[in-house]
Amino acid sequence: MDKLRASVLMRHEVGLHARPSVKLTKLAKNFESRIDLGLSPDGPWIDAKSIVKVMATRAPKDSTIYFRAEGADARAALDALVTLVDEDFQDGR
Amino acid sequence: MDDRTLRAAGRIEGRPAAPGLALGPFVRLAPVRPLARESRSVAEEHQALADALAASQADLALLAGDVADAEAEAILSFQIALLEDDNLAAPALARIAGGEAAHLAWHAAMDGEIASYEEAEDSYFRARASDLRDLRDRVLRHLAGEAEQRVPAGAVVAADDMPPSTFLATDWRDGGLVLRRGSPSSHVAILARSRGVPMIVGVDIDRLEAGAQAMLDGDSGILIVDPDSALRADYARRRAEQAELRKALASFTGPASTARGEPVRVMINVTGLAELGGLDPAETDGIGLMRTEFLFQGRDHLPTEEEQYQIYRRMLQWAAGRPVTIRTLDAGGDKPIAGLTPEGDLNPFLGVRGVRLSLRHRDVFGAQLRALARAAVAGNLKVMIPMVTVPEELDQCRALLGEAIDDLRRAGQDAQMPPLGMMVEVPAAALTIEDFNADFFSIGSNDLIQYVSAASRDEPQLAELARPSRAVFQLIGHVVKHAGQSGREASLCGDLAGDPNQVAALLDRGLRVLSVAPGALRPVKAAISRYSGPAA
Repeated sequence: MDKLRASVLMRHEVGLHARPSVKLTKLAKNFESRIDLGLSPDGPWIDAKSIVKVMATRAPKDSTIYFRAEGADARAALDALVTLVDEDFQDGR
Repeated sequence: MDDRTLRAAGRIEGRPAAPGLALGPFVRLAPVRPLARESRSVAEEHQALADALAASQADLALLAGDVADAEAEAILSFQIALLEDDNLAAPALARIAGGEAAHLAWHAAMDGEIASYEEAEDSYFRARASDLRDLRDRVLRHLAGEAEQRVPAGAVVAADDMPPSTFLATDWRDGGLVLRRGSPSSHVAILARSRGVPMIVGVDIDRLEAGAQAMLDGDSGILIVDPDSALRADYARRRAEQAELRKALASFTGPASTARGEPVRVMINVTGLAELGGLDPAETDGIGLMRTEFLFQGRDHLPTEEEQYQIYRRMLQWAAGRPVTIRTLDAGGDKPIAGLTPEGDLNPFLGVRGVRLSLRHRDVFGAQLRALARAAVAGNLKVMIPMVTVPEELDQCRALLGEAIDDLRRAGQDAQMPPLGMMVEVPAAALTIEDFNADFFSIGSNDLIQYVSAASRDEPQLAELARPSRAVFQLIGHVVKHAGQSGREASLCGDLAGDPNQVAALLDRGLRVLSVAPGALRPVKAAISRYSGPAA
C-alpha cells in the first residue's frame, strides 16, 4: 500500500515542545497505522507515536511538520494530526 | 513546650519555616543511592529495570490523579508519556543485554538523553532536562528499593530538599515537611506558609529514626518521631488551642488600626491566583506583593505576554479597585528558573538575579512589561522592580516600560504607565534612597537582612546573625523617613511584617503599610490593635 502524506505549518509559540508533543503522540497512538513525522518532505522520518523521538526533533516555531502514514486508518490519522497542529494544539499557547 | 516534650526520645530540633502543628505517618524520602544494589544475571537485571519503570509509571499516575493545577498536571503527563515510550528504555536495555547492571545502564542511558536536552539551543528544551533528571532519579530509587518518593497524603515528610513541583503535587492535609537544606525564605517555605503546611528546616535527617508516626511543631521547629500517648494528647490540646485562637482572631477581618485609632494598611503577599481562592478581598487593603517568578517555574515554557496579562488582569479584578503591586521577575538567588538563571553560579545571591537578570534578558523582561502595561488599564496596578542597587537600573526599567507602552499603542492596544516603584533590599539602595526616582518603596526584609548581616539565610548555624538587627531597623527607619518627606509610600513586604512580635518595632519606625502572607493577616492586625505607640 502507498504511504499517504500531509504537511502543516506549526505556529506553536515554543515549537514542538513537551505539552504539544504529549498531545501529538497521544493522538497518533489512537490510530493503527504506522505514522512517521519529519521536518522535511524527504525525512529523515521518526515514529510519531514516540515522544522520545518527537521531542528529539527539537522542531522550533514556524517549522513545517510532514507526516506520512500507512495503514487502514491512515487518512483519518493524517487529518486528525494536521488539525491538531493547525489548531495550535488546542491550547492556544 | 513542657518537660515531656523535651525529654521525648525521638525528638529533634530544627528551624521553624512555616507555623502550625502536624501529626501523621512519618515518611523519609531517601536520597538516591543507586550503587547500593548488586548486579545479577542479564535476565534479572532486565526484569529489575522493567519493574522499576512500571512502578515509576504507577507513582506518576497516582500523582497525576490528585493534582489540581494545570502546570503540575503538565509536568506529570510529560513524564508519564516518556515512560510509556519504549524508546526511552531501549538504550538502557541494550546496555543490560551487554552485561551492564540495571542501575548503571539506566543512569548512563538517561544521562545521555539529559545531556542532549542540556545542549539544546532553545531554552525551553534545555529546561526539560530537569524533568528527565526527575524521572531518572525516580526509577533509580525503585531499582535501589528506596522507592518512597510517592508522598502519601497527610504525611510528615523528611527529605534533603524538595522541589516546589513535588510540594505542589502533594496532598498535605494534616501533614508537614522537614528538610535538611533550604531555609525559612526558600521557595518551598514560602509555599508552605501560604498553604498552611507546617515546616521546619536545618534538620540532620540522618539522625532521624524510622518510625510509624511523627509530630511536627512548625512554631518551635521541633519534630518528634513516634510520640507517646501523652504527647499525642498534648498535640490534640494544642490543636484545640490554636482553633480557639483562630476564633479569637476571627474579629480581625476589617481595616486595621492601632490602640490609638491610627489606621494601618495590611496587604497580602501572593504567588498566584490559586491563593486568592478562599480569601475575601475585603479582608485586605490590597496585594502588596505578587511574586511573578512562580509563574515562570516548573513549567513547560516561559509564560507568554498574553498568559501573564490574563493572570495580572484577574488579580486586579479580584482586588476590585484595591492596589495590586506586581513585582517583575525576581529569579536567581534561591529561585532558579531552568533555562534562564545562570547555572553553577558560585554565589547566586550576589550574582545575576532580580533586575540584573531582567535587564540581561530583554525579550523575557519586555514581554512582562508589555503584559503589565496592558494590565495597568484594568485596575489599580503598581509595578515594582526587585534587587535595584543603583538609580540607573530603575531609570532603565522606566524607559523600557515607556517603550513598551509606545509599541503597544502604535499597535492599537490599550496600555498605560503604572506607578513604578522599587524593592529596597540592597543596603546600597537603602543608604542612598533619596537618589532613586521611584514612585513608591517596598522594603524586602528577607534579603535586606542577609545582605546587611553578610549572613546567608540558608546557613542554619548563622540563624542568630540573620535576624533583624538594630542595623536593619536603622535602614528601615531611613527609608521610611525619606518616603514620608518626599510624599511617597513606603511599605514592608518581607517575613518581618508577618511576625506579630515584630509589628510594634516596625510601627515604631513609622511604617504604616505592611504586606504579609494571607495566613498572617489576622494575627498581624491583632498585634497592630495592641500597639499604643509610637514609643517616646
